[in-house]
Amino acid sequence: MAALIALPPLLPKYHLEVLISVVFWAYLGIAWNLLGGYAGQFSFGHAAFFGIGAYTSTLLLLQAGLTPWVGMFVGGGLAATFGLFEGYLSFRYGLKGPYFSLVTLAFAEMLRVVSLNTKAVGSSLGLVVPSATAAPAMFMFSGKLPFYYVILAMGALALGLTWRIGRARLGFSLAAVRENEDAAEAAGVDALAAKLRAMALSSFLTALGGTFYAQYFAYIDPTITFGPSVSIGALLPAIVGGAGTVLGPVLGSFVLTPLSELTRYALRGRAGADIMLYGAVLVLVISFLPQGLVGFVRARRGGAR
Amino acid sequence: MTWGLLLQAVVSGLLLGGVYGLVASGLSLIFGVLRIINFAHGAVMMIGMYATYWLFTLARVDPYLSILVTAPCFFVLGVAIQKIVIEPNRAAAEHNQLLLTLGLALFLENLALVLWQGDFRTVKVAYSSASFVVGDALVEVPRLVASGGAGLVAAGLFAFLRLTDVGKALRALAEEPEGAALVGINVPRIRAAAFGMGSACVAVAGALITPFFYVAPDVGESFNIMAFVVVVLGGMGNFVGALAGGFIVGLAESLGAAFLPGSFKQLVVFVIFVLVLLFRPQGLFGGSRVR
Repeated sequence: MAALIALPPLLPKYHLEVLISVVFWAYLGIAWNLLGGYAGQFSFGHAAFFGIGAYTSTLLLLQAGLTPWVGMFVGGGLAATFGLFEGYLSFRYGLKGPYFSLVTLAFAEMLRVVSLNTKAVGSSLGLVVPSATAAPAMFMFSGKLPFYYVILAMGALALGLTWRIGRARLGFSLAAVRENEDAAEAAGVDALAAKLRAMALSSFLTALGGTFYAQYFAYIDPTITFGPSVSIGALLPAIVGGAGTVLGPVLGSFVLTPLSELTRYALRGRAGADIMLYGAVLVLVISFLPQGLVGFVRARRGGAR
Repeated sequence: MTWGLLLQAVVSGLLLGGVYGLVASGLSLIFGVLRIINFAHGAVMMIGMYATYWLFTLARVDPYLSILVTAPCFFVLGVAIQKIVIEPNRAAAEHNQLLLTLGLALFLENLALVLWQGDFRTVKVAYSSASFVVGDALVEVPRLVASGGAGLVAAGLFAFLRLTDVGKALRALAEEPEGAALVGINVPRIRAAAFGMGSACVAVAGALITPFFYVAPDVGESFNIMAFVVVVLGGMGNFVGALAGGFIVGLAESLGAAFLPGSFKQLVVFVIFVLVLLFRPQGLFGGSRVR
Protein backbone atom coordinates (compact mmCIF):
# COMPACT_ATOMS: atom_id res chain seq x y z
CA MET A 1 0.00 0.00 0.00
CA ALA A 2 2.80 2.40 0.93
CA ALA A 3 4.42 1.69 -2.43
CA LEU A 4 1.15 2.47 -4.17
CA ILE A 5 1.10 5.89 -2.54
CA ALA A 6 4.78 6.79 -2.70
CA LEU A 7 6.03 5.39 -6.01
CA PRO A 8 3.71 6.72 -8.73
CA PRO A 9 5.18 10.27 -8.91
CA LEU A 10 8.44 8.65 -9.97
CA LEU A 11 6.89 6.53 -12.70
CA PRO A 12 7.10 7.38 -16.39
CA LYS A 13 3.81 8.47 -17.96
CA TYR A 14 3.01 5.17 -19.65
CA HIS A 15 3.52 3.14 -16.50
CA LEU A 16 1.38 5.55 -14.55
CA GLU A 17 -1.41 5.10 -17.11
CA VAL A 18 -1.20 1.34 -16.74
CA LEU A 19 -1.31 1.68 -12.97
CA ILE A 20 -4.39 3.91 -13.15
CA SER A 21 -5.98 1.31 -15.36
CA VAL A 22 -5.07 -1.45 -12.89
CA VAL A 23 -6.61 0.40 -9.95
CA PHE A 24 -9.64 1.46 -11.99
CA TRP A 25 -10.56 -2.11 -13.01
CA ALA A 26 -9.78 -3.32 -9.50
CA TYR A 27 -12.25 -0.71 -8.24
CA LEU A 28 -14.99 -1.88 -10.62
CA GLY A 29 -14.20 -5.47 -9.67
CA ILE A 30 -14.59 -4.59 -5.98
CA ALA A 31 -17.96 -2.99 -6.72
CA TRP A 32 -19.12 -6.00 -8.80
CA ASN A 33 -17.83 -8.38 -6.12
CA LEU A 34 -20.29 -7.05 -3.54
CA LEU A 35 -23.17 -8.38 -5.60
CA GLY A 36 -21.53 -11.13 -7.64
CA GLY A 37 -19.11 -12.47 -5.06
CA TYR A 38 -20.66 -11.79 -1.68
CA ALA A 39 -24.31 -12.16 -2.63
CA GLY A 40 -23.59 -14.72 -5.37
CA GLN A 41 -25.79 -12.88 -7.88
CA PHE A 42 -23.90 -12.84 -11.16
CA SER A 43 -24.59 -9.61 -12.94
CA PHE A 44 -23.66 -9.51 -16.62
CA GLY A 45 -24.91 -5.96 -16.91
CA HIS A 46 -22.98 -3.72 -14.55
CA ALA A 47 -22.43 -1.41 -17.50
CA ALA A 48 -25.97 -0.12 -16.79
CA PHE A 49 -24.83 1.42 -13.50
CA PHE A 50 -21.49 2.52 -14.89
CA GLY A 51 -23.22 4.32 -17.75
CA ILE A 52 -25.82 5.93 -15.50
CA GLY A 53 -22.99 7.32 -13.37
CA ALA A 54 -20.97 8.56 -16.32
CA TYR A 55 -23.93 10.14 -18.09
CA THR A 56 -25.52 11.71 -15.00
CA SER A 57 -22.44 13.54 -13.79
CA THR A 58 -21.42 14.56 -17.31
CA LEU A 59 -24.86 15.88 -18.24
CA LEU A 60 -25.11 17.76 -14.94
CA LEU A 61 -21.70 19.27 -15.65
CA LEU A 62 -22.50 20.23 -19.24
CA GLN A 63 -26.07 21.41 -18.74
CA ALA A 64 -26.03 22.87 -15.25
CA GLY A 65 -22.35 23.44 -14.54
CA LEU A 66 -22.56 21.18 -11.52
CA THR A 67 -19.20 19.85 -10.39
CA PRO A 68 -18.82 16.10 -10.97
CA TRP A 69 -17.73 15.80 -7.34
CA VAL A 70 -21.40 16.32 -6.51
CA GLY A 71 -22.75 14.92 -9.78
CA MET A 72 -21.10 11.57 -9.11
CA PHE A 73 -23.21 11.10 -6.02
CA VAL A 74 -26.35 12.07 -7.89
CA GLY A 75 -25.37 9.46 -10.48
CA GLY A 76 -24.63 6.97 -7.71
CA GLY A 77 -28.06 7.57 -6.22
CA LEU A 78 -29.76 7.14 -9.58
CA ALA A 79 -27.80 3.98 -10.32
CA ALA A 80 -28.64 2.55 -6.90
CA THR A 81 -32.32 3.34 -7.54
CA PHE A 82 -32.11 1.63 -10.91
CA GLY A 83 -30.29 -1.28 -9.30
CA LEU A 84 -32.98 -1.60 -6.65
CA PHE A 85 -35.65 -1.56 -9.35
CA GLU A 86 -33.81 -4.20 -11.37
CA GLY A 87 -33.07 -6.26 -8.27
CA TYR A 88 -36.56 -5.98 -6.84
CA LEU A 89 -38.12 -7.11 -10.11
CA SER A 90 -35.72 -10.03 -10.52
CA PHE A 91 -35.54 -11.25 -6.93
CA ARG A 92 -39.24 -10.75 -6.35
CA TYR A 93 -40.02 -13.05 -9.25
CA GLY A 94 -37.47 -15.56 -8.09
CA LEU A 95 -34.99 -15.15 -10.93
CA LYS A 96 -31.79 -16.92 -10.04
CA GLY A 97 -28.48 -17.89 -11.55
CA PRO A 98 -28.31 -17.51 -15.32
CA TYR A 99 -31.77 -15.95 -15.51
CA PHE A 100 -30.62 -13.08 -13.32
CA SER A 101 -27.50 -12.70 -15.47
CA LEU A 102 -29.67 -12.45 -18.59
CA VAL A 103 -31.98 -9.85 -17.05
CA THR A 104 -29.06 -7.64 -16.03
CA LEU A 105 -27.58 -8.00 -19.50
CA ALA A 106 -30.93 -7.06 -21.05
CA PHE A 107 -31.26 -3.94 -18.89
CA ALA A 108 -27.78 -2.74 -19.81
CA GLU A 109 -28.50 -3.34 -23.49
CA MET A 110 -31.77 -1.43 -23.21
CA LEU A 111 -30.00 1.59 -21.75
CA ARG A 112 -27.43 1.34 -24.52
CA VAL A 113 -30.13 1.35 -27.20
CA VAL A 114 -31.99 4.22 -25.53
CA SER A 115 -28.86 6.38 -25.17
CA LEU A 116 -27.85 5.52 -28.72
CA ASN A 117 -31.17 6.93 -29.96
CA THR A 118 -31.56 9.95 -27.69
CA LYS A 119 -30.26 13.21 -29.14
CA ALA A 120 -30.40 14.95 -25.75
CA VAL A 121 -27.61 12.70 -24.45
CA GLY A 122 -25.53 12.97 -27.61
CA SER A 123 -26.77 9.71 -29.19
CA SER A 124 -24.01 7.77 -30.94
CA LEU A 125 -21.70 10.80 -31.02
CA GLY A 126 -21.35 10.65 -27.26
CA LEU A 127 -20.43 13.50 -24.97
CA VAL A 128 -17.14 15.35 -24.74
CA VAL A 129 -16.22 16.32 -21.21
CA PRO A 130 -14.34 19.64 -21.00
CA SER A 131 -10.80 18.97 -19.90
CA ALA A 132 -8.66 21.76 -21.32
CA THR A 133 -8.25 23.63 -18.06
CA ALA A 134 -7.17 22.21 -14.75
CA ALA A 135 -9.87 22.82 -12.17
CA PRO A 136 -9.63 20.45 -9.21
CA ALA A 137 -12.95 21.71 -7.87
CA MET A 138 -14.54 20.51 -11.10
CA PHE A 139 -12.80 17.09 -11.10
CA MET A 140 -10.43 18.28 -13.84
CA PHE A 141 -6.71 17.96 -13.42
CA SER A 142 -3.66 18.62 -15.48
CA GLY A 143 -1.67 15.44 -15.81
CA LYS A 144 -2.51 11.93 -14.75
CA LEU A 145 -1.14 11.86 -11.23
CA PRO A 146 -4.12 13.48 -9.46
CA PHE A 147 -6.47 11.06 -11.23
CA TYR A 148 -4.35 8.24 -9.93
CA TYR A 149 -4.75 9.36 -6.33
CA VAL A 150 -8.49 9.85 -6.81
CA ILE A 151 -9.05 6.32 -8.08
CA LEU A 152 -6.66 4.95 -5.46
CA ALA A 153 -8.69 6.62 -2.72
CA MET A 154 -11.93 5.34 -4.25
CA GLY A 155 -10.48 1.84 -4.42
CA ALA A 156 -9.25 1.97 -0.84
CA LEU A 157 -12.62 3.19 0.42
CA ALA A 158 -14.50 0.52 -1.52
CA LEU A 159 -12.10 -2.11 -0.25
CA GLY A 160 -12.60 -0.90 3.33
CA LEU A 161 -16.35 -1.04 2.82
CA THR A 162 -16.16 -4.61 1.51
CA TRP A 163 -14.01 -5.62 4.44
CA ARG A 164 -16.44 -4.08 6.92
CA ILE A 165 -19.45 -5.69 5.27
CA GLY A 166 -17.78 -9.09 5.32
CA ARG A 167 -17.54 -8.79 9.09
CA ALA A 168 -20.94 -7.27 9.65
CA ARG A 169 -24.39 -8.81 9.85
CA LEU A 170 -24.99 -8.06 6.16
CA GLY A 171 -21.91 -10.05 5.17
CA PHE A 172 -23.07 -13.12 7.04
CA SER A 173 -26.58 -12.79 5.65
CA LEU A 174 -25.18 -12.55 2.13
CA ALA A 175 -22.93 -15.57 2.62
CA ALA A 176 -25.89 -17.56 3.93
CA VAL A 177 -28.04 -16.52 0.98
CA ARG A 178 -25.27 -17.33 -1.48
CA GLU A 179 -24.62 -20.79 -0.10
CA ASN A 180 -28.24 -21.83 0.35
CA GLU A 181 -31.02 -19.33 0.06
CA ASP A 182 -33.80 -21.57 1.37
CA ALA A 183 -31.80 -22.56 4.42
CA ALA A 184 -30.92 -18.91 5.04
CA GLU A 185 -34.58 -17.92 4.90
CA ALA A 186 -35.48 -20.75 7.22
CA ALA A 187 -32.87 -19.46 9.66
CA GLY A 188 -34.54 -16.06 9.63
CA VAL A 189 -32.38 -14.20 7.12
CA ASP A 190 -34.35 -11.74 4.98
CA ALA A 191 -32.81 -12.84 1.69
CA LEU A 192 -34.57 -10.24 -0.43
CA ALA A 193 -33.43 -7.36 1.80
CA ALA A 194 -29.86 -8.66 1.92
CA LYS A 195 -29.63 -9.06 -1.85
CA LEU A 196 -31.17 -5.65 -2.46
CA ARG A 197 -28.65 -4.01 -0.12
CA ALA A 198 -25.81 -5.67 -2.00
CA MET A 199 -27.37 -4.54 -5.27
CA ALA A 200 -27.71 -0.92 -4.12
CA LEU A 201 -24.16 -0.70 -2.78
CA SER A 202 -22.69 -2.41 -5.81
CA SER A 203 -24.53 -0.23 -8.32
CA PHE A 204 -23.76 2.95 -6.36
CA LEU A 205 -20.02 2.24 -6.35
CA THR A 206 -20.06 1.21 -10.01
CA ALA A 207 -21.68 4.53 -10.95
CA LEU A 208 -18.92 6.48 -9.18
CA GLY A 209 -16.49 4.55 -11.36
CA GLY A 210 -18.45 5.77 -14.37
CA THR A 211 -17.93 9.40 -13.36
CA PHE A 212 -14.24 8.77 -12.86
CA TYR A 213 -14.03 7.29 -16.33
CA ALA A 214 -15.83 10.28 -17.88
CA GLN A 215 -13.53 12.80 -16.19
CA TYR A 216 -10.35 10.84 -16.83
CA PHE A 217 -10.93 10.04 -20.49
CA ALA A 218 -12.99 13.22 -21.11
CA TYR A 219 -15.29 11.36 -23.49
CA ILE A 220 -18.17 8.92 -23.16
CA ASP A 221 -20.49 7.24 -25.65
CA PRO A 222 -23.22 4.60 -25.38
CA THR A 223 -21.09 1.69 -26.55
CA ILE A 224 -18.20 2.48 -24.22
CA THR A 225 -20.28 3.07 -21.11
CA PHE A 226 -23.32 0.81 -21.55
CA GLY A 227 -21.66 -1.84 -23.72
CA PRO A 228 -20.76 -5.37 -22.67
CA SER A 229 -17.04 -4.66 -22.31
CA VAL A 230 -17.58 -2.73 -19.06
CA SER A 231 -19.84 -5.46 -17.71
CA ILE A 232 -17.21 -8.07 -18.49
CA GLY A 233 -14.37 -5.85 -17.31
CA ALA A 234 -16.08 -5.51 -13.93
CA LEU A 235 -16.63 -9.21 -13.36
CA LEU A 236 -13.31 -10.51 -14.70
CA PRO A 237 -10.94 -9.23 -11.98
CA ALA A 238 -13.28 -10.51 -9.29
CA ILE A 239 -13.68 -13.94 -10.86
CA VAL A 240 -10.01 -14.38 -11.70
CA GLY A 241 -8.86 -13.04 -8.34
CA GLY A 242 -11.49 -14.84 -6.31
CA ALA A 243 -15.16 -13.90 -6.05
CA GLY A 244 -16.42 -13.22 -2.57
CA THR A 245 -13.02 -12.43 -1.13
CA VAL A 246 -11.88 -8.96 -0.08
CA LEU A 247 -8.64 -8.90 -2.04
CA GLY A 248 -9.78 -11.03 -4.99
CA PRO A 249 -10.66 -8.20 -7.40
CA VAL A 250 -7.46 -6.32 -6.56
CA LEU A 251 -5.29 -9.34 -7.16
CA GLY A 252 -7.27 -10.13 -10.31
CA SER A 253 -6.77 -6.68 -11.76
CA PHE A 254 -3.07 -6.60 -10.87
CA VAL A 255 -2.66 -9.77 -12.93
CA LEU A 256 -5.13 -9.16 -15.76
CA THR A 257 -4.66 -5.49 -16.60
CA PRO A 258 -0.86 -5.54 -17.09
CA LEU A 259 -1.28 -8.79 -19.00
CA SER A 260 -3.69 -7.13 -21.39
CA GLU A 261 -1.42 -4.07 -21.71
CA LEU A 262 1.53 -6.31 -22.50
CA THR A 263 -0.46 -8.21 -25.12
CA ARG A 264 -1.65 -5.00 -26.67
CA TYR A 265 1.94 -3.76 -26.75
CA ALA A 266 3.40 -7.00 -28.08
CA LEU A 267 0.73 -7.39 -30.78
CA ARG A 268 0.36 -3.78 -31.90
CA GLY A 269 -2.09 -3.32 -34.72
CA ARG A 270 -3.83 -6.57 -33.87
CA ALA A 271 -7.05 -5.32 -32.33
CA GLY A 272 -8.75 -7.83 -30.10
CA ALA A 273 -5.64 -9.76 -29.02
CA ASP A 274 -5.96 -8.56 -25.43
CA ILE A 275 -9.63 -9.51 -25.14
CA MET A 276 -8.90 -12.85 -26.78
CA LEU A 277 -6.37 -13.44 -24.04
CA TYR A 278 -8.98 -12.47 -21.42
CA GLY A 279 -11.29 -15.08 -22.85
CA ALA A 280 -8.60 -17.74 -22.67
CA VAL A 281 -7.63 -16.71 -19.13
CA LEU A 282 -11.26 -16.86 -18.05
CA VAL A 283 -11.64 -20.40 -19.41
CA LEU A 284 -8.35 -21.51 -17.85
CA VAL A 285 -9.09 -19.96 -14.47
CA ILE A 286 -12.56 -21.53 -14.27
CA SER A 287 -11.08 -24.87 -15.31
CA PHE A 288 -8.05 -24.95 -13.09
CA LEU A 289 -8.60 -22.37 -10.33
CA PRO A 290 -12.35 -22.34 -9.79
CA GLN A 291 -11.88 -20.41 -6.55
CA GLY A 292 -9.70 -17.80 -8.22
CA LEU A 293 -6.17 -16.76 -7.33
CA VAL A 294 -7.03 -16.09 -3.69
CA GLY A 295 -8.56 -19.54 -3.37
CA PHE A 296 -5.46 -21.04 -4.95
CA VAL A 297 -3.12 -19.24 -2.54
CA ARG A 298 -5.25 -20.31 0.41
CA ALA A 299 -5.30 -23.93 -0.72
CA ARG A 300 -1.52 -23.82 -1.16
CA ARG A 301 -1.08 -22.53 2.36
CA GLY A 302 -3.33 -25.34 3.49
CA GLY A 303 -5.21 -22.91 5.68
CA ALA A 304 -8.92 -23.06 6.35
CA ARG A 305 -11.16 -20.78 4.27
CA MET B 1 -49.59 3.66 -41.42
CA THR B 2 -50.26 1.96 -44.70
CA TRP B 3 -51.17 -1.63 -45.39
CA GLY B 4 -48.18 -1.95 -47.68
CA LEU B 5 -45.80 -1.00 -44.91
CA LEU B 6 -47.46 -3.35 -42.47
CA LEU B 7 -47.49 -6.21 -44.95
CA GLN B 8 -43.82 -5.63 -45.77
CA ALA B 9 -42.93 -5.63 -42.07
CA VAL B 10 -44.85 -8.85 -41.50
CA VAL B 11 -43.15 -10.54 -44.45
CA SER B 12 -39.66 -9.44 -43.38
CA GLY B 13 -40.39 -10.45 -39.83
CA LEU B 14 -41.51 -13.92 -40.79
CA LEU B 15 -38.49 -14.41 -43.05
CA LEU B 16 -36.09 -13.31 -40.31
CA GLY B 17 -38.00 -15.30 -37.73
CA GLY B 18 -37.19 -18.62 -39.36
CA VAL B 19 -33.47 -17.94 -39.02
CA TYR B 20 -33.87 -16.81 -35.40
CA GLY B 21 -35.81 -19.99 -34.82
CA LEU B 22 -33.00 -22.19 -36.10
CA VAL B 23 -30.33 -20.32 -34.11
CA ALA B 24 -32.51 -20.60 -31.03
CA SER B 25 -33.30 -24.28 -31.64
CA GLY B 26 -29.60 -25.04 -31.38
CA LEU B 27 -29.31 -23.01 -28.20
CA SER B 28 -32.41 -24.65 -26.80
CA LEU B 29 -31.11 -28.13 -27.53
CA ILE B 30 -27.87 -27.34 -25.70
CA PHE B 31 -29.75 -25.85 -22.79
CA GLY B 32 -32.25 -28.69 -22.59
CA VAL B 33 -29.61 -31.39 -22.43
CA LEU B 34 -26.70 -29.63 -20.72
CA ARG B 35 -28.53 -27.05 -18.60
CA ILE B 36 -26.02 -24.45 -19.79
CA ILE B 37 -26.89 -21.10 -21.25
CA ASN B 38 -24.33 -21.08 -24.01
CA PHE B 39 -22.91 -17.58 -24.39
CA ALA B 40 -20.62 -18.83 -27.14
CA HIS B 41 -23.51 -19.77 -29.44
CA GLY B 42 -23.35 -16.52 -31.40
CA ALA B 43 -19.57 -16.77 -31.66
CA VAL B 44 -19.90 -20.26 -33.15
CA MET B 45 -22.38 -18.84 -35.65
CA MET B 46 -19.91 -16.10 -36.54
CA ILE B 47 -17.14 -18.66 -37.15
CA GLY B 48 -19.63 -20.57 -39.30
CA MET B 49 -20.28 -17.45 -41.34
CA TYR B 50 -16.55 -16.92 -41.86
CA ALA B 51 -16.21 -20.54 -42.94
CA THR B 52 -18.92 -19.95 -45.53
CA TYR B 53 -17.31 -16.68 -46.58
CA TRP B 54 -13.85 -18.21 -47.06
CA LEU B 55 -15.17 -21.27 -48.85
CA PHE B 56 -16.91 -18.92 -51.26
CA THR B 57 -14.08 -16.42 -51.63
CA LEU B 58 -11.21 -18.88 -51.95
CA ALA B 59 -12.85 -21.89 -53.54
CA ARG B 60 -16.01 -20.42 -55.10
CA VAL B 61 -18.21 -22.81 -53.15
CA ASP B 62 -21.83 -21.70 -53.18
CA PRO B 63 -22.94 -20.69 -49.64
CA TYR B 64 -25.82 -23.16 -49.66
CA LEU B 65 -23.62 -25.95 -50.93
CA SER B 66 -21.00 -25.16 -48.30
CA ILE B 67 -23.44 -26.37 -45.65
CA LEU B 68 -22.53 -29.92 -46.67
CA VAL B 69 -19.02 -29.17 -45.46
CA THR B 70 -19.64 -26.78 -42.57
CA ALA B 71 -22.43 -28.69 -40.83
CA PRO B 72 -20.33 -31.81 -40.13
CA CYS B 73 -17.27 -29.69 -39.32
CA PHE B 74 -19.21 -27.65 -36.79
CA PHE B 75 -20.73 -30.76 -35.30
CA VAL B 76 -17.17 -31.92 -34.62
CA LEU B 77 -16.21 -28.47 -33.32
CA GLY B 78 -19.16 -28.52 -30.93
CA VAL B 79 -18.29 -32.01 -29.71
CA ALA B 80 -14.71 -30.87 -29.15
CA ILE B 81 -15.79 -27.79 -27.19
CA GLN B 82 -18.01 -29.91 -25.00
CA LYS B 83 -15.43 -32.66 -24.42
CA ILE B 84 -12.43 -30.41 -23.87
CA VAL B 85 -13.81 -27.28 -22.25
CA ILE B 86 -17.19 -27.95 -20.68
CA GLU B 87 -17.39 -31.63 -19.70
CA PRO B 88 -14.35 -31.50 -17.36
CA ASN B 89 -16.10 -28.71 -15.45
CA ARG B 90 -19.41 -30.52 -15.15
CA ALA B 91 -19.22 -30.45 -11.36
CA ALA B 92 -18.50 -26.72 -11.16
CA ALA B 93 -21.12 -24.26 -9.99
CA GLU B 94 -23.76 -23.19 -12.51
CA HIS B 95 -22.39 -19.66 -12.83
CA ASN B 96 -18.90 -20.98 -13.51
CA GLN B 97 -20.21 -22.89 -16.51
CA LEU B 98 -21.87 -19.71 -17.71
CA LEU B 99 -18.56 -17.89 -17.37
CA LEU B 100 -16.84 -20.69 -19.23
CA THR B 101 -19.00 -20.13 -22.29
CA LEU B 102 -18.57 -16.37 -21.90
CA GLY B 103 -14.80 -16.84 -21.93
CA LEU B 104 -15.12 -19.02 -25.00
CA ALA B 105 -17.23 -16.37 -26.74
CA LEU B 106 -14.68 -13.65 -25.96
CA PHE B 107 -11.90 -15.89 -27.22
CA LEU B 108 -13.58 -16.85 -30.50
CA GLU B 109 -14.87 -13.38 -31.28
CA ASN B 110 -11.51 -11.74 -30.77
CA LEU B 111 -9.66 -14.54 -32.48
CA ALA B 112 -11.71 -13.63 -35.55
CA LEU B 113 -10.86 -9.97 -35.00
CA VAL B 114 -7.14 -10.78 -34.79
CA LEU B 115 -7.21 -13.06 -37.82
CA TRP B 116 -9.56 -11.20 -40.15
CA GLN B 117 -9.85 -7.65 -38.71
CA GLY B 118 -13.10 -5.89 -38.09
CA ASP B 119 -14.15 -4.97 -41.62
CA PHE B 120 -17.52 -6.05 -42.90
CA ARG B 121 -17.28 -8.71 -45.56
CA THR B 122 -20.07 -9.81 -47.87
CA VAL B 123 -20.69 -12.79 -50.08
CA LYS B 124 -21.95 -11.57 -53.45
CA VAL B 125 -23.69 -14.36 -55.30
CA ALA B 126 -25.83 -14.08 -58.44
CA TYR B 127 -29.05 -14.45 -56.45
CA SER B 128 -28.03 -12.02 -53.67
CA SER B 129 -30.45 -9.35 -54.83
CA ALA B 130 -33.09 -11.53 -56.53
CA SER B 131 -36.60 -10.71 -55.41
CA PHE B 132 -40.26 -10.86 -56.36
CA VAL B 133 -43.39 -9.04 -55.32
CA VAL B 134 -46.37 -10.52 -53.49
CA GLY B 135 -49.22 -8.06 -53.16
CA ASP B 136 -47.48 -4.92 -51.94
CA ALA B 137 -44.58 -6.69 -50.27
CA LEU B 138 -41.15 -7.33 -51.69
CA VAL B 139 -39.83 -10.82 -51.00
CA GLU B 140 -36.07 -11.21 -51.31
CA VAL B 141 -35.20 -14.66 -52.56
CA PRO B 142 -32.14 -15.32 -50.33
CA ARG B 143 -34.16 -14.39 -47.26
CA LEU B 144 -36.92 -16.73 -48.33
CA VAL B 145 -34.42 -19.51 -48.89
CA ALA B 146 -32.82 -18.84 -45.50
CA SER B 147 -36.12 -18.93 -43.68
CA GLY B 148 -37.35 -21.98 -45.58
CA GLY B 149 -34.02 -23.75 -45.17
CA ALA B 150 -33.98 -22.98 -41.46
CA GLY B 151 -37.47 -24.38 -41.15
CA LEU B 152 -36.46 -27.54 -43.00
CA VAL B 153 -33.39 -28.09 -40.83
CA ALA B 154 -35.41 -27.51 -37.69
CA ALA B 155 -38.08 -29.95 -38.89
CA GLY B 156 -35.37 -32.50 -39.66
CA LEU B 157 -33.91 -32.06 -36.21
CA PHE B 158 -37.35 -32.46 -34.69
CA ALA B 159 -37.87 -35.70 -36.58
CA PHE B 160 -34.40 -36.83 -35.51
CA LEU B 161 -35.24 -36.25 -31.86
CA ARG B 162 -38.46 -38.21 -32.21
CA LEU B 163 -37.44 -41.09 -34.40
CA THR B 164 -33.83 -42.07 -33.80
CA ASP B 165 -32.22 -43.72 -30.81
CA VAL B 166 -29.75 -40.86 -30.32
CA GLY B 167 -32.66 -38.43 -30.52
CA LYS B 168 -34.60 -40.34 -27.92
CA ALA B 169 -31.52 -40.49 -25.71
CA LEU B 170 -31.16 -36.70 -26.03
CA ARG B 171 -34.75 -36.23 -24.95
CA ALA B 172 -34.39 -38.70 -22.12
CA LEU B 173 -31.32 -36.85 -20.87
CA ALA B 174 -33.13 -33.53 -21.02
CA GLU B 175 -36.04 -34.92 -19.08
CA GLU B 176 -34.32 -37.00 -16.44
CA PRO B 177 -30.50 -37.04 -16.43
CA GLU B 178 -30.11 -39.59 -13.66
CA GLY B 179 -32.77 -41.87 -15.04
CA ALA B 180 -31.12 -41.68 -18.45
CA ALA B 181 -27.80 -42.76 -16.94
CA LEU B 182 -29.51 -45.59 -15.09
CA VAL B 183 -31.01 -47.10 -18.22
CA GLY B 184 -27.59 -47.26 -19.77
CA ILE B 185 -27.39 -44.11 -21.89
CA ASN B 186 -23.82 -42.97 -22.36
CA VAL B 187 -24.45 -39.57 -20.82
CA PRO B 188 -21.20 -37.73 -21.62
CA ARG B 189 -21.46 -38.93 -25.19
CA ILE B 190 -25.03 -37.70 -25.60
CA ARG B 191 -24.10 -34.38 -24.03
CA ALA B 192 -21.33 -34.03 -26.60
CA ALA B 193 -23.83 -34.90 -29.34
CA ALA B 194 -26.16 -32.17 -28.06
CA PHE B 195 -23.43 -29.54 -28.16
CA GLY B 196 -22.32 -30.77 -31.56
CA MET B 197 -25.83 -30.65 -33.02
CA GLY B 198 -26.53 -27.26 -31.48
CA SER B 199 -23.33 -25.91 -33.03
CA ALA B 200 -24.10 -27.48 -36.40
CA CYS B 201 -27.56 -25.84 -36.33
CA VAL B 202 -26.15 -22.40 -35.70
CA ALA B 203 -23.46 -22.87 -38.35
CA VAL B 204 -26.14 -23.79 -40.88
CA ALA B 205 -28.12 -20.70 -39.86
CA GLY B 206 -24.95 -18.66 -40.39
CA ALA B 207 -24.38 -20.15 -43.85
CA LEU B 208 -28.00 -19.51 -44.84
CA ILE B 209 -27.80 -15.80 -44.09
CA THR B 210 -24.39 -15.00 -45.60
CA PRO B 211 -25.85 -14.31 -49.11
CA PHE B 212 -27.62 -11.24 -47.67
CA PHE B 213 -25.90 -10.51 -44.37
CA TYR B 214 -22.48 -9.00 -43.61
CA VAL B 215 -19.79 -11.08 -41.96
CA ALA B 216 -17.80 -9.50 -39.11
CA PRO B 217 -16.32 -10.68 -35.81
CA ASP B 218 -19.17 -9.26 -33.74
CA VAL B 219 -21.98 -10.38 -36.05
CA GLY B 220 -22.88 -13.25 -33.72
CA GLU B 221 -23.45 -10.99 -30.72
CA SER B 222 -26.81 -9.65 -31.79
CA PHE B 223 -27.95 -13.12 -32.87
CA ASN B 224 -26.82 -14.47 -29.54
CA ILE B 225 -28.89 -12.01 -27.57
CA MET B 226 -31.79 -12.54 -29.93
CA ALA B 227 -31.49 -16.30 -29.44
CA PHE B 228 -31.61 -15.85 -25.66
CA VAL B 229 -34.80 -13.89 -26.07
CA VAL B 230 -36.28 -16.50 -28.39
CA VAL B 231 -35.31 -19.40 -26.16
CA VAL B 232 -36.70 -17.77 -23.05
CA LEU B 233 -39.84 -16.87 -24.94
CA GLY B 234 -40.33 -20.37 -26.25
CA GLY B 235 -39.43 -21.99 -22.95
CA MET B 236 -35.89 -23.06 -22.11
CA GLY B 237 -35.24 -26.39 -23.76
CA ASN B 238 -38.56 -26.39 -25.59
CA PHE B 239 -37.68 -27.07 -29.16
CA VAL B 240 -40.93 -26.26 -30.93
CA GLY B 241 -41.29 -23.25 -28.66
CA ALA B 242 -37.93 -22.00 -29.92
CA LEU B 243 -39.17 -22.05 -33.51
CA ALA B 244 -42.41 -20.30 -32.60
CA GLY B 245 -40.46 -17.82 -30.47
CA GLY B 246 -38.23 -17.12 -33.46
CA PHE B 247 -41.20 -15.98 -35.51
CA ILE B 248 -42.58 -13.87 -32.66
CA VAL B 249 -39.27 -12.10 -32.14
CA GLY B 250 -38.70 -11.68 -35.88
CA LEU B 251 -42.14 -10.09 -36.21
CA ALA B 252 -41.70 -7.89 -33.14
CA GLU B 253 -38.37 -6.67 -34.46
CA SER B 254 -39.51 -5.87 -37.98
CA LEU B 255 -42.73 -4.22 -36.81
CA GLY B 256 -40.62 -2.19 -34.36
CA ALA B 257 -38.28 -1.25 -37.19
CA ALA B 258 -41.19 -0.12 -39.36
CA PHE B 259 -42.93 2.00 -36.77
CA LEU B 260 -40.23 3.18 -34.34
CA PRO B 261 -37.42 5.63 -35.11
CA GLY B 262 -33.73 4.75 -35.20
CA SER B 263 -32.61 1.48 -33.70
CA PHE B 264 -35.38 1.54 -31.10
CA LYS B 265 -36.60 -1.70 -32.63
CA GLN B 266 -34.08 -3.54 -30.48
CA LEU B 267 -35.80 -2.09 -27.45
CA VAL B 268 -39.03 -3.86 -28.35
CA VAL B 269 -37.25 -7.18 -28.25
CA PHE B 270 -35.57 -6.47 -24.91
CA VAL B 271 -38.80 -5.30 -23.35
CA ILE B 272 -40.50 -8.54 -24.43
CA PHE B 273 -37.52 -10.42 -23.05
CA VAL B 274 -37.59 -8.84 -19.61
CA LEU B 275 -41.37 -9.14 -19.36
CA VAL B 276 -41.28 -12.83 -20.25
CA LEU B 277 -38.35 -13.50 -17.89
CA LEU B 278 -40.20 -11.83 -15.06
CA PHE B 279 -43.72 -13.06 -15.58
CA ARG B 280 -43.31 -16.33 -17.45
CA PRO B 281 -39.76 -17.55 -16.97
CA GLN B 282 -40.91 -21.00 -18.05
CA GLY B 283 -41.70 -19.44 -21.44
CA LEU B 284 -44.93 -18.92 -23.31
CA PHE B 285 -45.23 -22.59 -24.14
CA GLY B 286 -43.70 -24.12 -21.03
CA GLY B 287 -40.20 -25.43 -21.14
CA SER B 288 -37.36 -27.31 -19.58
CA ARG B 289 -37.49 -30.31 -21.80
CA VAL B 290 -36.53 -31.07 -25.35
CA ARG B 291 -39.81 -31.97 -26.92
